[in-house]
Amino acid sequence: MPGKLKVKIVAGRHLPVMDRASDLTDAFVEVKFGNTTFKTDVYLKSLNPQWNSEWFKFEVDDEDLQDEPLQITVLDHDTYSANDAIGKVYIDIDPLLYSEAATVISGWFPIYDTIHGIRGEINVIVKVDLFNDLNRFRQSSCGVKFFCTTSIPKCYRAVIIHGFVEELVVNEDPEYQWIDRIRTPRASNEARQRLISLMSGELQRKIGLKVLEMRGNAVVGYLQCFDLEGESGLVVRAIGTACTLDKLSSPAAFLPACNSPCKEMKESPLVHPPSHGCRSTQNSPIHTATGSRLTQNFSVSVPTLIYTGMGSGSAGKEGGPFKALLRQQTQSALEQREFPFFTLTAFPPGFLVHVGGVVSARSVKLLDRIHNPDEPETRDAWWAEIRQEIKSHAKALGCHAVVGYSESTSICEEVCILSASGTAAVLNPRFLQDGTVEGCLEQRLEENLPVGCGFCHIPYDELNMPFPAHLTYCYNCRKQKVPDVLFTTIDLPTDATVIGKGCLIQARLCRLKKKAQAEANATAISNLLPFMEYEVHTQLMNKLKLKGMNALFGLRIQITVGENMLMGLASATGVYLAALPTPGGIQIAGKTPNDSSYEQHISHMQKKINDTIAKNKELYEINPPETSEEVIGSPIPEPRQRSRLLRSQSESSDEVIELDLSHGKKDAFVLEIDDTDAMEDVHSLLTDVPPPSGFYSCNTEIMPGINNWTSEIQMFTSVRVIRLSSLNLTNQALNKNFNDLCENLLKSLYFKLRSMIPCCLCHVNFTVSLPEDELIQVTVTAVAITFDKNQALQTTKTHIEKSLQRASTDNEELLQFPLELCSDSLPSHPFPPAKEHLESASSNSGIPAAQRATSVDYSSFADRCSSWIELIKLKAQTIRRGSIKTTVTVEKASPMGEGNFRNRSAPPCANSTVGVVKMTPLSFIPGAKITKYLGIINMFFIRETTSLREEGGVSGFLHAFIAEVFAMVRAHVAALGGNAVVSYIMKQCVFMENPNKNQAQCLINVSGDAVVFVRESDLEVASTQQAAATCQPLCTGGEVTT
Amino acid sequence: MTSELDIFVGNTTLIDEDVYRLWLDGYSVSDAVALRVRSGILEQTGATAAVLQSDTMDHYRTFHMLERLLHAPPKLLHQLIFQIPPSRQALLIERYYAFDEAFVREVLGKKLSKGTKKDLDDISTKTGITLKSCRRQFDNFKRVFKVVEEMRGSLVDNIQQHFLLSDRLSRDYAAIVFFANNRFETGKKKLQYLSFGDFAFCAELMIQNWTLGAVDSQVDDMDVDLDKEFLQDLKELKVLVADKDLLDLHKSVVCTALRGKLSVFSEMEANFKNLSRGLVNVAAKLIHNKDVRDLFVDLVEKFVEPCRSDHWPLSDVRLFLNQYSASVHSLDGFRHQALWDRYMGTLRGCLLRLYHD
Repeated sequence: MPGKLKVKIVAGRHLPVMDRASDLTDAFVEVKFGNTTFKTDVYLKSLNPQWNSEWFKFEVDDEDLQDEPLQITVLDHDTYSANDAIGKVYIDIDPLLYSEAATVISGWFPIYDTIHGIRGEINVIVKVDLFNDLNRFRQSSCGVKFFCTTSIPKCYRAVIIHGFVEELVVNEDPEYQWIDRIRTPRASNEARQRLISLMSGELQRKIGLKVLEMRGNAVVGYLQCFDLEGESGLVVRAIGTACTLDKLSSPAAFLPACNSPCKEMKESPLVHPPSHGCRSTQNSPIHTATGSRLTQNFSVSVPTLIYTGMGSGSAGKEGGPFKALLRQQTQSALEQREFPFFTLTAFPPGFLVHVGGVVSARSVKLLDRIHNPDEPETRDAWWAEIRQEIKSHAKALGCHAVVGYSESTSICEEVCILSASGTAAVLNPRFLQDGTVEGCLEQRLEENLPVGCGFCHIPYDELNMPFPAHLTYCYNCRKQKVPDVLFTTIDLPTDATVIGKGCLIQARLCRLKKKAQAEANATAISNLLPFMEYEVHTQLMNKLKLKGMNALFGLRIQITVGENMLMGLASATGVYLAALPTPGGIQIAGKTPNDSSYEQHISHMQKKINDTIAKNKELYEINPPETSEEVIGSPIPEPRQRSRLLRSQSESSDEVIELDLSHGKKDAFVLEIDDTDAMEDVHSLLTDVPPPSGFYSCNTEIMPGINNWTSEIQMFTSVRVIRLSSLNLTNQALNKNFNDLCENLLKSLYFKLRSMIPCCLCHVNFTVSLPEDELIQVTVTAVAITFDKNQALQTTKTHIEKSLQRASTDNEELLQFPLELCSDSLPSHPFPPAKEHLESASSNSGIPAAQRATSVDYSSFADRCSSWIELIKLKAQTIRRGSIKTTVTVEKASPMGEGNFRNRSAPPCANSTVGVVKMTPLSFIPGAKITKYLGIINMFFIRETTSLREEGGVSGFLHAFIAEVFAMVRAHVAALGGNAVVSYIMKQCVFMENPNKNQAQCLINVSGDAVVFVRESDLEVASTQQAAATCQPLCTGGEVTT
Repeated sequence: MTSELDIFVGNTTLIDEDVYRLWLDGYSVSDAVALRVRSGILEQTGATAAVLQSDTMDHYRTFHMLERLLHAPPKLLHQLIFQIPPSRQALLIERYYAFDEAFVREVLGKKLSKGTKKDLDDISTKTGITLKSCRRQFDNFKRVFKVVEEMRGSLVDNIQQHFLLSDRLSRDYAAIVFFANNRFETGKKKLQYLSFGDFAFCAELMIQNWTLGAVDSQVDDMDVDLDKEFLQDLKELKVLVADKDLLDLHKSVVCTALRGKLSVFSEMEANFKNLSRGLVNVAAKLIHNKDVRDLFVDLVEKFVEPCRSDHWPLSDVRLFLNQYSASVHSLDGFRHQALWDRYMGTLRGCLLRLYHD
């Protein structure tokens, strides 16, 4: 019996009037944990009762402590009839189970009722006494910390990053009793809330066990999702990255560690076990997944494309012997794992070595009604299958790991699309395993990593490329090959050199689909998916070029299935990476060149496009590096010298490239307008309106190119539902409607937040759902952060000075290696392989995939896949290589670390009054330092109404509900002693209405990390240096000390 | 394509001051949108009318949800649903309880009852203030009145504590409550020249000097009711005009003191007895509720109008009133010096304020 839970009910306030006669309430409270219930006395005739109860003590297993929520019910005492429930509070006591987190939960909690919403507040104190339990067969995993944040939390240091953990539990959905009208809506909603709370607890405990098994002590990037599968059940699943974290006690203690983390690791008593992955097992005591049929699988991997079955070359061409060694190390470290996946999107410096491109896999499944817990074909197997595919895609890209990994589902009736995506990458083994890498080798490796461009270098074998891509020498270091565009699902690495600012890029797409049942439906969807994926990709590519940028970060492609349509929405942040070549323009080509009016039209379009590109370049400050130097206005001899030096080393090869490219083949990405579809594409390209001046937007953590955040933040959720007129449902009309919906939504946001200008919308997260036949729902959550325009100039300057210093030291260090490497590796790669590849691709391209018959059978997967690839290859031919210019790179501020650092000197904002809780989807709070993580917030609410009109219609209902959800999150954080939620995410917002019956129901699931932050005062300016180091806990790798 | 649902919820509740004003002024969403378009906001921001419509709807919805809390402002401070910075909370409350001069002049001194509420239609037509706004203002008066009516302690403090209003606005509400409770007539034609500020000034003086709370703050402190005993005692002042010798003496003392100092000396001398009779008779009658209601009518009729018709400058009125009240102390036969001071001190202040065009 290893835990004692103690609860005290102090008081209530603002209770509703329950007795009409006296306009008062006789309230009492039931406190329930597991199967034990305590009651307070009835406090007669008051809307502000003072119970001041004794301490209710529950003696429970720590397993229960993890699974069960504390349930507090406020009731109105009634002598003659049944007591009326006023509302409930569920408190997740998990945060009390880690030693470092909260020690007490104490505060005012909104009393929530699923029918009436918030009805007053109750003051509660909760404590837990934990006894140590050394039983190694224990089922609990108390003490494992969970973080939603997808990077190493700010006040911790990663000792080892173990890898992927996943789990899912399945149960019947109590809602089905509601549909059958067996019980009241309130009872059904409460049963559902309680069940999900219980399942989340169980899931978290099981994941914790796996982490302990791996000898980790924390899960970072924890993402838990619900699949409401309707009649076939309720799935709660979670993925995360197991880590061993060390708390940074103080900046001073941290600094030395920062310089030699590897030493620390060796001293660490933890020995990484020969991990045997973390296979999920279906041992849920609640229920197992129902068996169901697999229908269809297919998959795609993007940067400029695609999975082919070719073996990956691990020859490590670009890095010479050391790289090869590194590769082997990583490989061995990672191959022990079943799934070398990481849910992180930002990494300690030096962790990410190379990035291959986006890998994604989708699979269409039929949810079966037949309930057979013994059926081996479970949801677990479905996911395992998809993950296997992701893994093989990564391999094809020459990568051993997948970072920025995430999974999602879209369900409509009995069809379910499972999706997984991530970024194939090569990682530095230092963080994955300890003790295995020789110290001296490591040292050299570190020096070897080029600053700010290493991750762009291709990880795959140049001679044996997985897809036709255009490789050029890196514009930054001039030594290694880079692709012409780079797509990733991760955040921009802090050390990446970016030119100009970034911007939000979205591809939006709808496809009509015939209504069908079961397998026919699944087949129809499977057939549509590759085209959607392809078109989304093309749209992204076009828009990226239109912005004059060459890389996408934070790419998230969401495919939503509805009764009669499929929707695709891809969001990403476009940037111009200095290491990648300048993107070519977009060239429009017509099919009927004889028609003069047609040609005129085309040239008009072409002009429009060219103008837009030019405008965008100006807007996002994308200047060729030479000019950016002038803009800054200070002579920068060092980088120039450096680049000259580097060039001289690789002179011969460089010359070759430039010759090769100077054939006058002017760049260009050709768009053929041969049919109306393509015209549509061009039009839609040009309809995207840039944000008003003073506004920027991105869907990543930080905006590339902005580093001087001020402290004002505003997190918001906006929801829109439109009804399509059923008359003219064509693909074009649909696309236009959907496009308008998203654009108008963005415009509204810009208008609403205009008082914050200059500001940036960060972490813009769009979610699309199709609740009914003709309804499209778009939910956006983001945070607006103000920044200081004037400060920008100063910071850039000072940073350049700084980077100059660093550059000069780098020069000396770098000189030694490139010499060796260039001599043996570069000459061995003649440039033109890409071209060859193109030709071969075109020769064997067949009929467009659309015309191929597709069968439901899984065995046809490979077949389909290859035809799909051919289709893409065809298109790929229209992509020509961009021209190369000699560049001198000016290192710009790395937005993350430096941004935070700068904020320290920002004026402290109006002193936060008592009770203010900030919420942000980001992992940090500008102008503040996170001093403590209090635990994960993971809440699920249902709200229902039978008086929709009286509550202000659907808008009034949902507006109030979301405000209530925010309030409850804030109250829980405040009760934990926190003042902010970081990495906040609204994972689900399922809204259903029935206006005829005057009813509506909504389910919302939110999560985040409760933290304590301290605003930086002027006093701290003196210790800025120290503080800056803290907010970037692992500043090893990239920085070479002199 | 029609928008079924369109909401925006911020962690910090966004308050647009301009839209809030439009909402308080009782404009419908479409009117508010039209007014915003006219303000040139579309040109400034490059937004479309649809965006403006959506924004306005959203703010209106928020205000509607906040209104319930604004009825009991301390609730707004303690509630958890809307996170609003304190300065914004203060602004919301202050603006919500603010009222229009034109409106308050119509209802000042009237019973805050259902009957009056029915007259709001007419007031709306007369003043050009929307009916919705009239209702809000009326309900605010009534709400504040109900809460503080039976309360002990300082009226202004009570209002400030229960409605979290600024000092200035609390004082105004104190005047409104005081006038409503005593039903002072303010609507007569001859009183039309007076502003709400004039009445509020008088109300404050009366609350300070003529109520129960004015005598002893320890006893059952009722700021809203006039001190009955005091009103009773005022009859005693009648001797000043009833006793002819006393009246003559009073006149001669005043005239001696003011000779050569007033530009309207001769008019004053000629009118002294009338004026004095007027002022003392007002005092003597205050024991009757009906005469309390007519206090301002009487003051204007008996004092302000005669002086104004003789073109007394304000400085002369001041000199006269000072001398008139002070010289009573030198009348040997008069025993109610304290009572006189309590009455005349306040009245002098009121009259000076009421004396203008």
